Amino acid sequence: MENMCFLFAAYTIIWAVVFGYVFYLYRKQRKLQQEINLLKEIMNKQK
Amino acid sequence: MKGKDVLRDNVLLGLGLVLMIAALYLIFIYVPTEREMGVVQRIFYFHVPLAWVGMLAFVFVFIFSILYLWKRAMKWDILAHASAEVGVVFITLVLITGTVWARSIWGVWWTWDARLTATLVLWLTYLAYLLVRNYAAEQTQGARFAAVLGIVGFIDVPIVVLAVNLWRTQHPPALIFEGGITSSMLLTTLMCIAAFTVLYIIIVIQSASMKNLEAEVESLKDI
Repeated sequence: MENMCFLFAAYTIIWAVVFGYVFYLYRKQRKLQQEINLLKEIMNKQK
Repeated sequence: MKGKDVLRDNVLLGLGLVLMIAALYLIFIYVPTEREMGVVQRIFYFHVPLAWVGMLAFVFVFIFSILYLWKRAMKWDILAHASAEVGVVFITLVLITGTVWARSIWGVWWTWDARLTATLVLWLTYLAYLLVRNYAAEQTQGARFAAVLGIVGFIDVPIVVLAVNLWRTQHPPALIFEGGITSSMLLTTLMCIAAFTVLYIIIVIQSASMKNLEAEVESLKDI
Protein backbone atom coordinates (compact mmCIF):
# COMPACT_ATOMS: atom_id res chain seq x y z
CA MET A 1 0.00 0.00 0.00
CA GLU A 2 2.90 2.31 0.85
CA ASN A 3 4.31 1.64 -2.64
CA MET A 4 0.98 2.74 -4.14
CA CYS A 5 1.47 6.13 -2.41
CA PHE A 6 4.87 6.50 -4.07
CA LEU A 7 3.39 5.64 -7.46
CA PHE A 8 0.54 8.11 -6.95
CA ALA A 9 2.96 10.82 -5.79
CA ALA A 10 5.28 10.33 -8.79
CA TYR A 11 2.50 10.55 -11.40
CA THR A 12 0.79 13.45 -9.63
CA ILE A 13 4.05 15.42 -9.58
CA ILE A 14 4.71 14.68 -13.28
CA TRP A 15 1.29 15.92 -14.39
CA ALA A 16 1.37 18.90 -12.01
CA VAL A 17 4.76 20.04 -13.38
CA VAL A 18 3.78 19.46 -17.04
CA PHE A 19 0.48 21.35 -16.62
CA GLY A 20 2.26 24.05 -14.60
CA TYR A 21 4.76 24.55 -17.41
CA VAL A 22 2.03 24.64 -20.09
CA PHE A 23 0.10 27.16 -17.95
CA TYR A 24 3.25 29.28 -17.64
CA LEU A 25 3.60 29.27 -21.45
CA TYR A 26 -0.11 30.15 -21.82
CA ARG A 27 0.23 33.13 -19.44
CA LYS A 28 3.33 34.32 -21.29
CA GLN A 29 1.44 34.07 -24.58
CA ARG A 30 -1.50 36.05 -23.16
CA LYS A 31 0.85 38.80 -21.92
CA LEU A 32 2.47 38.90 -25.36
CA GLN A 33 -0.93 39.19 -27.04
CA GLN A 34 -1.79 42.14 -24.77
CA GLU A 35 1.47 43.85 -25.73
CA ILE A 36 0.75 43.30 -29.44
CA ASN A 37 -2.75 44.77 -29.03
CA LEU A 38 -1.28 47.79 -27.23
CA LEU A 39 1.28 48.31 -30.00
CA LYS A 40 -1.49 48.07 -32.62
CA GLU A 41 -3.53 50.65 -30.71
CA ILE A 42 -0.57 53.05 -30.55
CA MET A 43 0.15 52.58 -34.27
CA ASN A 44 -3.52 53.19 -35.17
CA LYS A 45 -3.54 56.42 -33.13
CA GLN A 46 -0.43 57.65 -34.92
CA LYS A 47 -1.97 57.14 -38.38
CA MET B 1 -0.26 31.81 -38.13
CA LYS B 2 -0.32 30.16 -41.54
CA GLY B 3 -2.90 27.48 -42.40
CA LYS B 4 -0.11 24.93 -42.84
CA ASP B 5 1.18 25.66 -39.32
CA VAL B 6 -2.31 25.29 -37.82
CA LEU B 7 -2.72 21.91 -39.55
CA ARG B 8 0.71 20.77 -38.33
CA ASP B 9 -0.09 21.85 -34.75
CA ASN B 10 -3.47 20.09 -34.82
CA VAL B 11 -1.96 16.87 -36.22
CA LEU B 12 0.76 16.92 -33.54
CA LEU B 13 -1.76 17.63 -30.78
CA GLY B 14 -4.03 14.79 -31.95
CA LEU B 15 -1.10 12.40 -32.27
CA GLY B 16 0.24 13.41 -28.84
CA LEU B 17 -3.16 12.89 -27.22
CA VAL B 18 -3.65 9.44 -28.81
CA LEU B 19 -0.13 8.32 -27.86
CA MET B 20 -0.48 9.60 -24.26
CA ILE B 21 -3.84 7.85 -23.78
CA ALA B 22 -2.38 4.63 -25.23
CA ALA B 23 0.68 4.98 -22.96
CA LEU B 24 -1.50 5.43 -19.84
CA TYR B 25 -3.62 2.41 -20.86
CA LEU B 26 -0.47 0.30 -21.27
CA ILE B 27 1.03 1.48 -17.96
CA PHE B 28 -1.99 1.03 -15.73
CA ILE B 29 -4.01 -1.75 -17.42
CA TYR B 30 -1.99 -3.75 -19.96
CA VAL B 31 1.48 -4.29 -18.48
CA PRO B 32 1.70 -6.84 -15.60
CA THR B 33 3.09 -5.80 -12.22
CA GLU B 34 6.80 -6.50 -11.85
CA ARG B 35 7.50 -9.30 -9.32
CA GLU B 36 10.36 -7.85 -7.25
CA MET B 37 9.57 -4.14 -7.02
CA GLY B 38 5.81 -4.38 -7.24
CA VAL B 39 3.51 -1.59 -8.35
CA VAL B 40 6.08 1.19 -7.81
CA GLN B 41 8.05 -0.16 -10.80
CA ARG B 42 5.41 1.55 -12.99
CA ILE B 43 7.22 4.84 -12.32
CA PHE B 44 9.85 3.45 -14.73
CA TYR B 45 7.48 3.97 -17.72
CA PHE B 46 7.53 7.74 -17.30
CA HIS B 47 10.95 8.08 -15.64
CA VAL B 48 12.92 6.49 -18.51
CA PRO B 49 11.15 8.27 -21.42
CA LEU B 50 11.46 11.62 -19.61
CA ALA B 51 15.20 10.98 -19.27
CA TRP B 52 15.56 9.96 -22.93
CA VAL B 53 13.66 12.93 -24.26
CA GLY B 54 15.45 15.24 -21.78
CA MET B 55 18.78 14.04 -23.18
CA LEU B 56 17.46 14.43 -26.73
CA ALA B 57 16.53 18.03 -25.88
CA PHE B 58 20.15 18.72 -24.83
CA VAL B 59 21.46 17.06 -28.02
CA PHE B 60 19.37 19.61 -29.95
CA VAL B 61 20.61 22.44 -27.71
CA PHE B 62 24.16 21.36 -28.65
CA ILE B 63 23.36 21.27 -32.40
CA PHE B 64 21.40 24.56 -32.40
CA SER B 65 24.11 26.28 -30.32
CA ILE B 66 26.80 25.30 -32.85
CA LEU B 67 24.56 26.52 -35.67
CA TYR B 68 23.96 29.82 -33.84
CA LEU B 69 27.67 30.48 -33.28
CA TRP B 70 28.38 29.55 -36.88
CA LYS B 71 25.55 31.34 -38.71
CA ARG B 72 24.70 34.02 -36.09
CA ALA B 73 20.99 33.69 -36.95
CA MET B 74 18.64 34.29 -34.02
CA LYS B 75 16.34 31.41 -35.07
CA TRP B 76 18.97 28.88 -33.93
CA ASP B 77 19.32 30.59 -30.56
CA ILE B 78 15.54 30.65 -30.14
CA LEU B 79 15.30 26.92 -30.94
CA ALA B 80 18.18 26.10 -28.57
CA HIS B 81 16.57 28.18 -25.81
CA ALA B 82 13.16 26.49 -26.29
CA SER B 83 14.75 23.03 -26.34
CA ALA B 84 16.80 23.74 -23.19
CA GLU B 85 13.70 24.94 -21.35
CA VAL B 86 11.84 21.68 -22.09
CA GLY B 87 14.98 19.67 -21.30
CA VAL B 88 15.27 21.30 -17.87
CA VAL B 89 11.58 20.63 -17.12
CA PHE B 90 11.93 16.96 -18.16
CA ILE B 91 15.19 16.39 -16.24
CA THR B 92 13.60 18.05 -13.18
CA LEU B 93 10.89 15.39 -13.41
CA VAL B 94 13.50 12.65 -13.89
CA LEU B 95 15.23 13.75 -10.67
CA ILE B 96 11.94 13.95 -8.75
CA THR B 97 10.55 10.59 -9.95
CA GLY B 98 14.00 9.07 -9.39
CA THR B 99 14.04 10.17 -5.75
CA VAL B 100 10.50 8.85 -5.19
CA TRP B 101 11.53 5.52 -6.71
CA ALA B 102 14.80 5.44 -4.70
CA ARG B 103 12.91 6.06 -1.45
CA SER B 104 10.61 3.10 -2.05
CA ILE B 105 13.26 0.66 -3.39
CA TRP B 106 16.55 1.72 -1.71
CA GLY B 107 15.00 3.28 1.39
CA VAL B 108 16.69 6.67 0.82
CA TRP B 109 15.59 9.74 -1.12
CA TRP B 110 19.04 10.44 -2.52
CA THR B 111 22.46 8.83 -2.75
CA TRP B 112 25.62 10.25 -4.34
CA ASP B 113 25.62 7.53 -6.99
CA ALA B 114 27.51 8.26 -10.26
CA ARG B 115 24.37 8.30 -12.46
CA LEU B 116 22.38 10.42 -10.02
CA THR B 117 25.21 12.90 -9.44
CA ALA B 118 25.96 13.26 -13.17
CA THR B 119 22.24 13.91 -13.80
CA LEU B 120 22.15 16.55 -11.06
CA VAL B 121 25.22 18.24 -12.61
CA LEU B 122 23.49 18.13 -16.02
CA TRP B 123 20.36 19.75 -14.55
CA LEU B 124 22.41 22.50 -12.86
CA THR B 125 24.37 23.14 -16.09
CA TYR B 126 21.24 23.71 -18.17
CA LEU B 127 19.64 25.72 -15.38
CA ALA B 128 22.72 27.96 -15.63
CA TYR B 129 22.18 28.00 -19.42
CA LEU B 130 18.71 29.49 -18.86
CA LEU B 131 19.88 31.93 -16.18
CA VAL B 132 22.94 33.25 -18.04
CA ARG B 133 20.68 34.98 -20.59
CA ASN B 134 19.11 37.15 -17.91
CA TYR B 135 22.43 38.37 -16.56
CA ALA B 136 23.99 39.37 -19.87
CA ALA B 137 24.12 43.10 -20.70
CA GLU B 138 22.42 42.61 -24.08
CA GLN B 139 20.42 39.90 -25.83
CA THR B 140 23.09 38.86 -28.36
CA GLN B 141 25.72 38.62 -25.63
CA GLY B 142 23.38 36.41 -23.57
CA ALA B 143 22.71 34.23 -26.61
CA ARG B 144 26.46 33.86 -27.23
CA PHE B 145 27.22 32.95 -23.60
CA ALA B 146 24.32 30.50 -23.56
CA ALA B 147 25.48 28.88 -26.83
CA VAL B 148 28.95 28.30 -25.38
CA LEU B 149 27.41 26.80 -22.24
CA GLY B 150 25.07 24.68 -24.39
CA ILE B 151 28.09 23.20 -26.21
CA VAL B 152 30.35 22.75 -23.15
CA GLY B 153 27.50 21.43 -20.99
CA PHE B 154 26.80 18.71 -23.54
CA ILE B 155 29.96 16.89 -22.33
CA ASP B 156 27.88 15.70 -19.37
CA VAL B 157 25.23 13.98 -21.56
CA PRO B 158 27.40 10.96 -22.56
CA ILE B 159 28.72 10.83 -18.96
CA VAL B 160 25.13 10.47 -17.68
CA VAL B 161 24.34 7.80 -20.30
CA LEU B 162 27.55 5.79 -19.73
CA ALA B 163 27.76 6.27 -15.93
CA VAL B 164 26.18 2.87 -15.24
CA ASN B 165 28.86 1.17 -17.38
CA LEU B 166 31.85 3.28 -16.35
CA TRP B 167 31.40 3.07 -12.57
CA ARG B 168 29.82 0.71 -10.09
CA THR B 169 26.45 2.29 -9.45
CA GLN B 170 23.29 1.47 -7.55
CA HIS B 171 21.23 2.74 -10.47
CA PRO B 172 19.96 -0.11 -12.72
CA PRO B 173 21.74 -0.47 -16.11
CA ALA B 174 20.04 0.21 -19.45
CA LEU B 175 17.75 -2.83 -19.32
CA ILE B 176 16.18 -2.06 -22.69
CA PHE B 177 19.41 -2.71 -24.59
CA GLU B 178 20.41 -5.67 -22.46
CA GLY B 179 17.15 -7.55 -22.93
CA GLY B 180 16.31 -7.31 -19.25
CA ILE B 181 12.64 -6.50 -19.75
CA THR B 182 9.70 -8.44 -21.15
CA SER B 183 8.07 -7.63 -24.49
CA SER B 184 5.03 -6.02 -22.80
CA MET B 185 7.33 -3.78 -20.73
CA LEU B 186 9.31 -2.88 -23.84
CA LEU B 187 6.15 -2.00 -25.78
CA THR B 188 4.92 0.20 -22.92
CA THR B 189 8.29 1.94 -22.63
CA LEU B 190 8.49 2.59 -26.38
CA MET B 191 4.92 3.96 -26.42
CA CYS B 192 5.81 6.34 -23.57
CA ILE B 193 8.99 7.44 -25.38
CA ALA B 194 6.90 8.18 -28.49
CA ALA B 195 4.31 10.12 -26.45
CA PHE B 196 6.93 12.25 -24.70
CA THR B 197 8.84 12.85 -27.94
CA VAL B 198 5.67 14.27 -29.53
CA LEU B 199 5.02 16.34 -26.38
CA TYR B 200 8.59 17.68 -26.61
CA ILE B 201 8.11 18.63 -30.29
CA ILE B 202 4.77 20.36 -29.56
CA ILE B 203 6.18 22.41 -26.67
CA VAL B 204 9.38 23.36 -28.54
CA ILE B 205 7.41 24.54 -31.60
CA GLN B 206 4.99 26.60 -29.46
CA SER B 207 7.71 28.00 -27.23
CA ALA B 208 9.98 28.89 -30.19
CA SER B 209 7.20 30.65 -32.10
CA MET B 210 6.36 32.60 -28.95
CA LYS B 211 9.99 33.61 -28.40
CA ASN B 212 10.10 34.70 -32.05
CA LEU B 213 7.05 36.88 -31.52
CA GLU B 214 8.56 38.25 -28.31
CA ALA B 215 11.70 39.30 -30.19
CA GLU B 216 9.58 41.00 -32.86
CA VAL B 217 7.57 42.90 -30.23
CA GLU B 218 10.78 44.02 -28.53
CA SER B 219 12.19 45.30 -31.83
CA LEU B 220 8.91 47.15 -32.52
CA LYS B 221 9.11 48.81 -29.10
CA ASP B 222 12.54 50.18 -30.01
CA ILE B 223 11.19 51.98 -33.11
